[in-house]
Amino acid sequence: MSFFNPENLEKAQVLIGLYPDKRSALIPLCHLAQGQHGHLSNEAMEQIADLLEIQPAEVLGTASFYDMLHTEEVGKYLVGVCTNVACMLGGGIELLEHASDVLGVPLGGTTEDGMFTLEEVECVAHCDKAPCAQVNYRFFGPLANGDFDQLLDDLRNDRLSESVPPHGVLSRVFRDAPAMVPLEIIHRERRAMDDEKKARQAALNKDAGGNQ
Amino acid sequence: MSTKIVTARVGIPDSFLLSTYLENGGYAAFKKALSMNPEDVHAEVTASGMLGRGGAGFEAGRKWSMLKQDPIRYLVVNGDESEPSTFKDHLLVENDPHQLIEGTLITAYAIGATRAFIYLRGEFALGLERVQTAINEAYAYGAIGENIFGSGFSIDLVLQPGAGAYICGEETALIESLEGKRGFPRIKPPYFPAVIGLYGAPTIVNNVETMSNIPWIISNGGKAFAALGKGRSTGTRLFALSGDVMKPGNYELEMTSKTFRELIYDPALGGGLKEGRSVKAVIPGGVSAPWIGPDNLDLPLGQDEVAQAGSMLGSGSIIVLDDHSCAVRAVWRITKFFNRESCGQCTPCREGSGWIEKIMHRIELGSGTESDLDLLLDVCDNIAPGLTWPPQQTTICVLGPSIPSSVVSGIKMFRDEFMIHIKEEGCPFVH
Amino acid sequence: MSTDVSQNLVTVSIDGKEILAGKGELLIAAAEKAGVFIPRFCYHNRLPQVGMCRMCLVEVKGPRGFSLQPACYLPVADGMEVVTESEKVKKAQDGVLEYLLINHPLDCPVCDKGGECPLQDQTMAYGPGESRFAEEKRHWEKPIAISDLVLLDRERCIQCDRCTRFADVVAGDALIEFVGRGDHTEINVFPDRPFSSYFSGNTVQICPVGALTAVPYRFKARPWDLSQVESSCTTCSMGCRIMVQSSQNELTRYLGLDADSINHGWLCDKGRFGHEAINSSDRVTVPLVRKGDSFVETTWASALELIASKVPSSRSAGDPDRIGFILGSRLTNEDIYSWVKLAKGVIGSDSVDSQLGDGLKGEVIASLRRATINDAVSAKAILAFTGDIKEEIPVLFLRLREAVKSGWTKMATIGTHKSSLDKLSEVTASVSVDQLQLLARELMRESSRFPEITKLFENQGVGADGDGLVVLLGRENLAWDQSVVEAFALELSRALPKAKFLVTIRNANFAGSIDLGAVPRLLPGRLPLESASPMMRQKWAGLPDRAGRGVKEMLSAALQGELDVLFLVGSDPREDYVDSVLANSALDTVGFVVSVDTFLSQSSAKADLVLPASSFAEKSGTTTNLEGRVLTLNQKVAPKGLCRPDWAIACEIALELGGDLGFGSAAEVLDEIAEVSPLHWGLSWNRLERSAAIEGMMIPVSATSLSIRPRAMLDEISTPGIASVWDQGLASSKTTYVETSTNSEDDEPVGEPATQTVAGMVEPIWRLAPVQPLGFMNLAYSRKLYSQGEHLRNSAHLVHLVVEAKCRVSGKTAEKLGVSSGGSVLISDKAGGEGQFELEIDDSVPNGTVELVRGSFSIPGFSPVRSGETVNYVKVERA
Repeated sequence: MSFFNPENLEKAQVLIGLYPDKRSALIPLCHLAQGQHGHLSNEAMEQIADLLEIQPAEVLGTASFYDMLHTEEVGKYLVGVCTNVACMLGGGIELLEHASDVLGVPLGGTTEDGMFTLEEVECVAHCDKAPCAQVNYRFFGPLANGDFDQLLDDLRNDRLSESVPPHGVLSRVFRDAPAMVPLEIIHRERRAMDDEKKARQAALNKDAGGNQ
Repeated sequence: MSTKIVTARVGIPDSFLLSTYLENGGYAAFKKALSMNPEDVHAEVTASGMLGRGGAGFEAGRKWSMLKQDPIRYLVVNGDESEPSTFKDHLLVENDPHQLIEGTLITAYAIGATRAFIYLRGEFALGLERVQTAINEAYAYGAIGENIFGSGFSIDLVLQPGAGAYICGEETALIESLEGKRGFPRIKPPYFPAVIGLYGAPTIVNNVETMSNIPWIISNGGKAFAALGKGRSTGTRLFALSGDVMKPGNYELEMTSKTFRELIYDPALGGGLKEGRSVKAVIPGGVSAPWIGPDNLDLPLGQDEVAQAGSMLGSGSIIVLDDHSCAVRAVWRITKFFNRESCGQCTPCREGSGWIEKIMHRIELGSGTESDLDLLLDVCDNIAPGLTWPPQQTTICVLGPSIPSSVVSGIKMFRDEFMIHIKEEGCPFVH
Repeated sequence: MSTDVSQNLVTVSIDGKEILAGKGELLIAAAEKAGVFIPRFCYHNRLPQVGMCRMCLVEVKGPRGFSLQPACYLPVADGMEVVTESEKVKKAQDGVLEYLLINHPLDCPVCDKGGECPLQDQTMAYGPGESRFAEEKRHWEKPIAISDLVLLDRERCIQCDRCTRFADVVAGDALIEFVGRGDHTEINVFPDRPFSSYFSGNTVQICPVGALTAVPYRFKARPWDLSQVESSCTTCSMGCRIMVQSSQNELTRYLGLDADSINHGWLCDKGRFGHEAINSSDRVTVPLVRKGDSFVETTWASALELIASKVPSSRSAGDPDRIGFILGSRLTNEDIYSWVKLAKGVIGSDSVDSQLGDGLKGEVIASLRRATINDAVSAKAILAFTGDIKEEIPVLFLRLREAVKSGWTKMATIGTHKSSLDKLSEVTASVSVDQLQLLARELMRESSRFPEITKLFENQGVGADGDGLVVLLGRENLAWDQSVVEAFALELSRALPKAKFLVTIRNANFAGSIDLGAVPRLLPGRLPLESASPMMRQKWAGLPDRAGRGVKEMLSAALQGELDVLFLVGSDPREDYVDSVLANSALDTVGFVVSVDTFLSQSSAKADLVLPASSFAEKSGTTTNLEGRVLTLNQKVAPKGLCRPDWAIACEIALELGGDLGFGSAAEVLDEIAEVSPLHWGLSWNRLERSAAIEGMMIPVSATSLSIRPRAMLDEISTPGIASVWDQGLASSKTTYVETSTNSEDDEPVGEPATQTVAGMVEPIWRLAPVQPLGFMNLAYSRKLYSQGEHLRNSAHLVHLVVEAKCRVSGKTAEKLGVSSGGSVLISDKAGGEGQFELEIDDSVPNGTVELVRGSFSIPGFSPVRSGETVNYVKVERA
């Protein structure tokens, strides 16, 4: 049984082909799996392991290192409130408390309707809009409590579905470039470049030597 | 108006599209570079004196010279911008991805890279879409791929998303991550990327802003770049200003042309503080840096100038704390950040970060004791022996010795405030 | 010589003292050799260094003065200045220990590692007195089972990466990993994918805390309850060196010892946890004599009398050829020699064999140029035509894996079906019987039919005469008769006279059996029957008049009514002979079967007389591993009940028959072996023990080939659990341990083990493969590590790992058969025997082949391999 649907399996093969070592595709494949399924299921990790010819434990070990890869189910919208210094100075901790209150879930919790999961995040490089929040890695700020409530309302009523896809969908743009340049060509070119460079250096040295 | 290099096109509608880029002189630098010898391109960058914009501040041209000349070598662009309150690369990848790509391609040509990778922070969803779109456009335009612009030079450029781990901004951790592994930093020596990097091959790792400067340097010459700024601080820099200021934002300034005070108070820049407030402390160069006090506000924004004051310009971010903000709370929040982001590989950082955070949290919540301050300093000392700046370290990478910076600064500069938390059993500030 | 050495040495200053160290050596190891112990947790001398725990920080002088550097990660350089005892170093190390302890639970009293814990020990030695940590410790669910054999307590884990490194780098089973990040990093497995590595026990042994514990040892003992002796594992032919530990006359644990030429400290789980069978209450402990359908207990005296009544007491009184002996792999060299002397010397029968159709002819093995394990791992190239090494000789697999992964050698594998060696091989080629001869003849010629292999070997610098090539020779597929493999080996050794062979037969001490004459036509020392040494003629009462029978011939003879008495000494032909139908019917017809055994195996359960034998660790002696290395076996516990060592039983029988083998202890047997066998000249128990020869001695022993290395320094933090027992254990362990002597007379030059071709070269006999009968399929028939056996059945914690009886075919073949995965098929052998099997689809099985695991089933009347067939085919139908 394939976890990836045919379209994504094809994308997976393209991704794997981008690297000299296929394990490099691990994180891109995890994102791809989350894009298909909303989170990183065991079935997904097992297939990724198969594709990369490693053990599922290695996929889990790597995936679990990264905050964005969720091996547990999360809501359609993963709401992250930043409380790092710049946002904290702008009231980020208080915004997070407010978020927890209005969503009715603790940190890491998912609303009963499966719409929202709340998390506290570290700086998301949106500090000029502090306090800020991200929803599925799309950024909003600065957010007063009322702005946050409005944001939830917009999300609930699909008013932001254009800019905020469901959780797991990260980049909606995939590589459509032609096939990779064969490495043999690159290696041949680089050898030639290096040889020419050496020849130029030798010539320079010779000139320098002649002048002395 | 001072010279704008990396943000020249920011603000132009659809600045991220190839058409806009081409209309504004895009890819001319790359074409020019391809007509030059690689070593001459390299020489221009060396002549520019540009310091790497990632945080360590090492000269880019010199870094390239250290690349071991093995037949296979890689270029990796570090776009994992995660240092708290640093948001300059975020701006560049979303607004001018082609500039980044062009700089990357020129660099790949100069160093003879086998393949180039842009590792972009996973949370930058829009950035990922913009950069991937730009890469697709650049392939179609013929700027990437086989026999580029008929020059006989071929290269592939791969965009790699991160997945949420601050440590991957550390270049060896980034390489591990790019290899599909946990972001565990490697031990230097022997793992200097320029010698043993990606897949064990010599690798240059450069920051997004560094790469974004390259097209300008090639178009205008290294000398023109070096003419800007003063001393080792050449060219312009993006300063990311945040915290208790009226107009937080990214400001591209000629290096050393302004002081902290000017950046904070100039109406065209930071716009000053809230009515009636004053600067309590400034955290320059990211939260890894020691804090500076109001007495240092007249320091020019230059690499060596800030270093001489016992801190660093680092990633170019500047956080301002005013006198209504709690220093203890800020220290605690910073230690919490490091605790969450410690990779867990080596003992002092893994265990020390958690211990320090727990003590700081207790103090902020009002259940600290005076002896906790000595304990904190000693626990910090076991990560960064001597608590010096630049620090020594018992850890594998520099995340560990970054933890004590804020703790030591806080206790040194605001011991009274710590004592009030302890004596009054709580935070005296209103949040 | 001195210049060579000095070029590879550098001078390092440690705490002001100048020491010499090997270039490139790690500082931590160089310091240790110079007597400076730098504390450590993550460092392990057999694993790549990671520098993670930071316990080994020392001050090293650089261009900017002294800085703290991890001694485990830093190669020494000439002129390096190191300080290990400064205040700064002490503070850093104290700091690391304190960090490791803040979240470590205080459950030492209930922790298996208590008393032998590197964290506990180093805390006592270097650590702070009191905790300054006032916060809540980290919590994890305590212990979780990560496999059937290993428990994990994540609260105790100090994230040193030893277990995960071992699993990934050494074993190649990355089934455990770091999961999570920062101070919530844990070790764990993937859900529903347990740590079912054959090597999982090693992670328990090297864990520097009590995070990983072994289920069989849980709450069993403390170091101060234990005593220990060194020994060698006899689960397979590798001869891994082990420490055998016991408490109150019960075996508690085996730990791997680091023998540089053998096992590097590693063991497989089957060997490591095999002690449970010895402790089993199902052991045979008294002589049993058949009364109708059951046994009754008897005395040794009457048992021996009974034997005497069945065996003619002199050559003239009967035909010695009507008496046969099948020896098993439990036996020590001393056991084998005694039984061979009884059979061939006293009774006069040459019908002694020690292989059950799963080995190779003794004369063939004796005539091949022998490779050591070290030869193999450093060969220019390896040609593998062998049973799956990972399944049969697991630790040899680790050595080969290390060699290939490190780039020391490259491998090509030939065979009929998938093997664990495939992944280590540059080239894998499937061969047919008919191709083998050509392959052997043309391997290093231009005309080679296997150009990929030839090219690989040429590129690796293998000579046209085979110089630099090591052949791993075993039984790749038991469906092919051994004569096929023998012919191939002889042909190859003729075409490539400089190629060396490492015979990879799994059975323990198969080499000793051949060396000591437990095969027909050979005498101890691999001497042909007619070439007994003068000393042997003196020590032996007589010699067989004519060549005897091997196992196959004995069984056939039995069917013809030509065998009166059969001695099974640690062998179980009913279960283990490749043609179980032949074995069963033959044994049913033998008049009198004596089984000397530790359990009532299938064969002994039907014997007429069962004599209780001492098991491993209940007797001392020596064993010879697959490369010809003689290793000591030490007694640790008293034999159960009335059990006796096999050699002593042979002596008793001889006495009863009016002969006298002439020895009263195993050491005396060894002395006689050394006297009569030219192969064993120079061996003695004292020498093996006194010399601290952890690696044993290669035979033949000669002045130039004496291979004794000084004992490797024991890093008690790398191998917790051994030093602690010396220090704290019961007195008995101290007396048997031999301390390292670095200036003993045994420090003789280490030379190449001499190869010997005592028996003459045997002519290869090529037989064409029979045509595959219509409707029959190819059979791939081989063993797995956990194939059934008496030992496994009696090990409480291994028994459930026994492989299930299934047959495997490719998806295509299954489709042709019209059976889906999980469905049933009927497999018939050539003689019409039938067995029903569950089918499993495995696309690594070649199309048109069915794979069966030897030792996964026992079906009366059915044996997929039939004696006398060159190639066995089977019929497979939907059931």
